Amino acid sequence: MSLISRRPGLRVGLLLTPPMLWLGVAYLGALAALLVTSLWAQNDFTGNIERTWTLDNFRDLFTIEVYRTITLRTIGIATLVTVVDALLAFPIALFMAKVASPRYQRLLVIAVLMPLWASYLVKAYAWRGMLSSNGLVESIASPFGLGTPGYGLLATTMTLAYLWLPYMILPIYAGLERLPNSLFEASADLGAGSWTTLRRVVLPMVFPAFVAGSIFTFSLSMGDYIAVKIVGGTSQLLGNVVYDNQGAANNLPFAAAMATIPIVVMLAYLAAARRTGALEQL
Amino acid sequence: MVGAGSPAISVRGLSKHYDQVRAVHGLDLDIEDGEFFSMLGPSGSGKTTVLRLIAGFEPPTAGTIRLGDEDVTDRAPYDRDVNTVFQDYAIFPHMSVLQNVEYGLRVKRVAKPERRRRAEEALATVRLEGYAARRPHQLSGGQRQRVALARALVNRPKVLLLDEPLGALDLKLRREMQVELKEIQREVGITFVFVTHDQEEALTMSDRIAVFNDGRIQQLATPVELYEQPASAFVAGFVGTSNLLDGQVAKELVGEDGTFVIRPEKLVMHAEDGAPAADGNTAVAPGVVREVVYLGASTHSVVELDAGATLTVAHQNTDRSIDAALERRQQRVVLSWRRDHLVALGRAPDPETPSPEEES
Repeated sequence: MSLISRRPGLRVGLLLTPPMLWLGVAYLGALAALLVTSLWAQNDFTGNIERTWTLDNFRDLFTIEVYRTITLRTIGIATLVTVVDALLAFPIALFMAKVASPRYQRLLVIAVLMPLWASYLVKAYAWRGMLSSNGLVESIASPFGLGTPGYGLLATTMTLAYLWLPYMILPIYAGLERLPNSLFEASADLGAGSWTTLRRVVLPMVFPAFVAGSIFTFSLSMGDYIAVKIVGGTSQLLGNVVYDNQGAANNLPFAAAMATIPIVVMLAYLAAARRTGALEQL
Repeated sequence: MVGAGSPAISVRGLSKHYDQVRAVHGLDLDIEDGEFFSMLGPSGSGKTTVLRLIAGFEPPTAGTIRLGDEDVTDRAPYDRDVNTVFQDYAIFPHMSVLQNVEYGLRVKRVAKPERRRRAEEALATVRLEGYAARRPHQLSGGQRQRVALARALVNRPKVLLLDEPLGALDLKLRREMQVELKEIQREVGITFVFVTHDQEEALTMSDRIAVFNDGRIQQLATPVELYEQPASAFVAGFVGTSNLLDGQVAKELVGEDGTFVIRPEKLVMHAEDGAPAADGNTAVAPGVVREVVYLGASTHSVVELDAGATLTVAHQNTDRSIDAALERRQQRVVLSWRRDHLVALGRAPDPETPSPEEES
C-alpha cells in the first residue's frame, strides 16, 4: 500500500491497465482481426476460410456493379436520415434551450431521452406495425388521399430518422444553451428580425453542434442492418449485406471486406468534421 | 447642457414586476436630447431593468415609453431607434470586427460601399483603425468594448444605451475609457443613457444622474447637486462617503432635530489645544482618532466624537509623509466645520417610501 502511495506513476498504471487492455485487445484488436479476415479467402466448395493473403474480396467489391449501388444507396440513406433529423431537431432544440421555462426544459430533455430506454427491436417493430396496410400511417394519410409508403427505402429512412433523432437533438440543444442570450438581444437591437438572427447568428454558431449530431446519425445509419430487415422490404443496404454474407452465406472474409466500407466512409467523414471544430462539441 | 425641445426619452408610470418582485415601480423620467444621463444604484435597484425596458428586451408591466415623438412601448427591439452596448459586449464571435460593426447596416440592407465607409468611420471614432480584419477572440477586453461601442454607434441611433460597459475593465483602463466615452459622446452628439453602480464613474461622465434604489428614483440631479445636496441618507451614503449626524447627536452638535450629512473633505481636524472657538459660522466637536487610512492622494481619519457619532475626515496628502496624521491615532482631537456645509436631509428616510425627488 505504501509503495503505491509513494509511486504515483505505479498507481496510475495499475488503474489504467485493465481499461487500456480492454480498449487495446478486445476493442481495437477485434477491429484489426476483422480487417485481417477481409484479406483472406473462402473455399467456395467447403465454405472453410483459407488463410492465404488475397485482395479478391476488395476486387469483387469494386468491380461488381451491385455492391457499388448498395454502397451509394447506403450513403444516400444515411445522408437523408441526417438531413431529416437536423430539420426536425433544430426547432425542438431551440424551443428547449431558449423558450421553455427551466422546469419544462427538464421535462423535455427526459421526453427526448425516453425513447432510448425502449428496446431498439420494439421500436423498429412498432414502425412496422404503423406502416402496415391498415396501420396508423395509413389511417392518418387516407383522408388526404394518401396511403402508407409500404416497406422499402422510404420506410427505412423514416424509421432510422425516428431512432436516431435524440442523438441529433441533444448536441444541438447543448450548443444552443451555450449561446448567451445577449447575442440574440444584440442582433435584435441592431435591427435584425427573428429570421435574420437565426440565419446570421444562431445557425452559424451552432453549426458545429449539427456536425457533432450528424456524426451519430450518419454512422449509426451507415451500420444499421435491423431496421432495413424489418421495414425495408427487399431493399439491400451495406449492413444487411454484411449480415447476410456472414449469416446465410457464411462468407466471413467478404463480409469483413464489406464492413470496411462504412469504416472508411466514417473516417473520411470524421476528418471533414474535424475541420469544423465539431469534435470539441462531443 | 440640456437641449430644448421634446425629450429624447420620456417614460411615464413605468413598472416591471416579476411575480412578487417589483423591479421598477411607477417610474417617471425625462431624458433630454444630447444628454449624458446616468442611472446609478446598487445591484437589484432596477436601473438595468429600466434600460432593458427602453431597449425593448422586456415588456413593461405598466406605463409608456416614448422615444422623441413616438410611443415605442409595444415595439420590438429591432423597431426602436436605440442601440445597446451590453455588459458582456455580446460581440458575435463568428464574425470579424468589421462584420460585427457592419451587422446593423447589413440587416437594414445598406449598400456595401456605404456600409464599409460608415463601419470604418465608426472604428476610427473608437480608435480601432487597422483592427477590421481581427477576430473577436484576438482582442483584449478594452478593444472588445470599443467594438461593441462602434457596432452600436454606426447605426446613428437617437439614443445609445450602455449597460455597465466598463465593469469588466481594470481601474486604469476604466478611467481612460470614462474620459474617452465622454469625448465620443460630445463628438457624435447622441444621447447616452449609462447604467453603472460606480458612483465615481457616474460623477465623472454625467450631465445628470438618477440614483436608483428599490425600483424607484431616489434623486435626480446634476453630479454637483447630488454630491453637495443629497436628498436622503441613501443618496448621501451611495454617492461618496457620508458622515451622518442624527438623533441626539444632531441635537447636541447642530442644535436641531433631524438628519444631517457632511462630506469628509469639509471637516478640519485640529490638535486639542489649537482648535478654533465655535461661533455662528463654525461648529466644533471633540473626539478621539480611531483609525488612519492612507489612500495615496489623501488620508482618511476616522474620529469618534464625544457626542456619539463617528465621522470620517479627509485631508490631502500635500506633505510627503503622513507621520503627523499617523501620530494622531488614539489621540484626542477637535473637528471643526462650517455650519453651512452641513446638509439637512429632512425626515429620516424609510426604504419603502422614497424621499421627495428634486427634479432639476
